[in-house]
Amino acid sequence: MIKRIAQTAGFTGLLAALLLTLLQSFWVAPLILQAETFEKAPAAAELHAHADGAAAHTHDAEAWEPEDGWQRVLSTTGGNLVVAVGFALMLAGLYTLRAPTRTAQGLLWGLAGYATFVLAPTLGLPPELPGTAAADLAERQIWWIGTAASTAAGIALIVFGRNWLLKALGAAILVVPHVIGAPQPQVHSMLAPEALEAQFKIASQLTNVAFWLALGLISAWLFRRNRDDRYSA
Amino acid sequence: MSIISSTSHATSSTSTLGLRLTAAIGASILGACLVYFAGFSHIEAVHNAAHDTRHSAAFPCH
Repeated sequence: MIKRIAQTAGFTGLLAALLLTLLQSFWVAPLILQAETFEKAPAAAELHAHADGAAAHTHDAEAWEPEDGWQRVLSTTGGNLVVAVGFALMLAGLYTLRAPTRTAQGLLWGLAGYATFVLAPTLGLPPELPGTAAADLAERQIWWIGTAASTAAGIALIVFGRNWLLKALGAAILVVPHVIGAPQPQVHSMLAPEALEAQFKIASQLTNVAFWLALGLISAWLFRRNRDDRYSA
Repeated sequence: MSIISSTSHATSSTSTLGLRLTAAIGASILGACLVYFAGFSHIEAVHNAAHDTRHSAAFPCH
C-alpha cells in the first residue's frame, strides 16, 4: 500500500512537474522576468522598499540566488518537482480511502485540487507579479493555508456527505475564509503595468488548471494501474 | 490462480480501514510538508530558488 502511494506520487509528480515547467518557461516566466525589469529599475528601487503597506522585508545580500538562465530554470524545475510530488502524495493518500473507479475520475480530483489550492486562495489573494504591494507575508500565508484547508473540507463534505445537512455544512465551511477576507495592503500599488499583471493572472490560472488536470489524470491512471500489484501490500 | 488473486484482493480491500487511514493521513502530511518547504518556507535561499514556482502557483511570495 505504501509502495503504491509512493510509486503513484513519485511518477505523477515527475510528469506533472515537467509539464508545469514547460508551460512556465514559455508563458509564465517571461512575464515574471519582464516585471522584474520594473522592480530592478533604479528609479523604482525606493518605491519598492518603502511602498506604503508593502510588507517590510529585507533582501539578504548574502543569500544564494540562482542566476538568470539555466540556473534559474533548473532551480524552478526543482521547486516544481517538490511541490508536484507533495500534491501527488496528498492525492494518492486520498485514493487509498476513495479509489477512483475510472481513470477519468482523476480529472474530478484534479479539478478539486485546483479549486482548493489555486481558485479559492486566488479569490482573495490574486496571483502577483514581483513588485506588487501586499499585506504582511505571514498573515497572507496563514489566510492562504486556512482557505485551502477549509475549501478541501468543504468540497469533501459536499461531495461525500450523506445528507443535506452535511452538504450545507460543507458549503458554509467553503465560504468562511471569504467572509473573513484576505489580508490586503493599506495601499495597492504595482510597479509593472496593469496589462502585464492581467496577462500574468490569466497565464497563471490556465497553467495551474493544466497542471492540476494532468496531476489528477496521471495519478488516477497510475494508482489504478498498480492495483494488481498484490505482493507489494 | 483466480482463487488466490480474489482472496488476496479481498484481504487487501478490507485490509483494515485503520491502516488505510493511517497511510492516507501520513501521505497527506508528508505531501503538505513538501509543499510547505518549497512554497512557504522563510529561508531566503529556498525562497530565491523556488521564486518562480511560488509566483506561478500564486503562493504568497514577497
